[in-house]
Amino acid sequence: MSKEEEFKLMYGMIFSIKSFVSRLSPTDMKDGFLNYSTSKYKLHFFETPSGLKFIMNTDLSVGSMKDVLHQMFSSIYVEYVVKNPLCSLDQPITSELFKNKLDEYVRGLPQFGTKTGS
Amino acid sequence: MSRQGNRAGDPRKVNGELFTLTYGALVAQLIKDYENDEQVNKQLDKMGYNMGVRLIEDFLARANTGRCNDFRETADVIAKVAFKMYLGLTPVVSNWSTTGDEFSLLLESNPLTEFVELPPGHANLNYSNLLCGALRGALEMVQMDVDVRFVQDILKGDNITEIRLKFIKRLEDAVPVGED
Repeated sequence: MSKEEEFKLMYGMIFSIKSFVSRLSPTDMKDGFLNYSTSKYKLHFFETPSGLKFIMNTDLSVGSMKDVLHQMFSSIYVEYVVKNPLCSLDQPITSELFKNKLDEYVRGLPQFGTKTGS
Repeated sequence: MSRQGNRAGDPRKVNGELFTLTYGALVAQLIKDYENDEQVNKQLDKMGYNMGVRLIEDFLARANTGRCNDFRETADVIAKVAFKMYLGLTPVVSNWSTTGDEFSLLLESNPLTEFVELPPGHANLNYSNLLCGALRGALEMVQMDVDVRFVQDILKGDNITEIRLKFIKRLEDAVPVGED
């Protein structure tokens, strides 16, 4: 499956889960959909009020990544993409700087590499 | 990630006069480049829009507020948080329409126009039209289609500067193929 195809599927799935969650909820949701787990992995989701969606797959042992994803938005995406006039906001991000900073941040997380092997 | 350099002055802040003068130079250049004031207004609005689209992300990252429940709350956040953050002033929210979908921001001072006097022959120029564009762009990114325009301007001899915001509609997320 091509990357493009995969992104479309992911968007559709997230969209469905979101609307499913909001229809099930008897009261106004506070955070809405945050994550789901399968037997193999856990998917974390964070959406900004501007509709930007952050998704991260992790190991099952990881707790809530809401703050981590928010941090990615506020100190990496905003700093290195929004404030970079060369990055167009409606195109895939190709900035190497962004990639490096994100990589650095994720590698520095306490959740990173807690499990050896695999 | 810690923010460094708080003591040595915030690197995101520039001297207020430099800001005012730079904006003045920009408008002056636009007036030279375009034939009439309507065109200039349009260009300023467009520039503002492009700024607003990016500014909102910075705003969301810094203010960390959630989604507003109604347009009144939006008005409050714009006036008390956004204007305070980016222009260092707090406009008064007033003149609500009875349906609650239209309000005015009243500015007693406007940092953009500090040294400005409009020369005669520019009655149609909305000098600070960039603000309208920025508001429009930013609100559009949080799924609100809003009409923003100047109704009064101290530069034109009015007692106060008034920006009118009219809520038009909510924009929805794009629905993937196969969904209702």
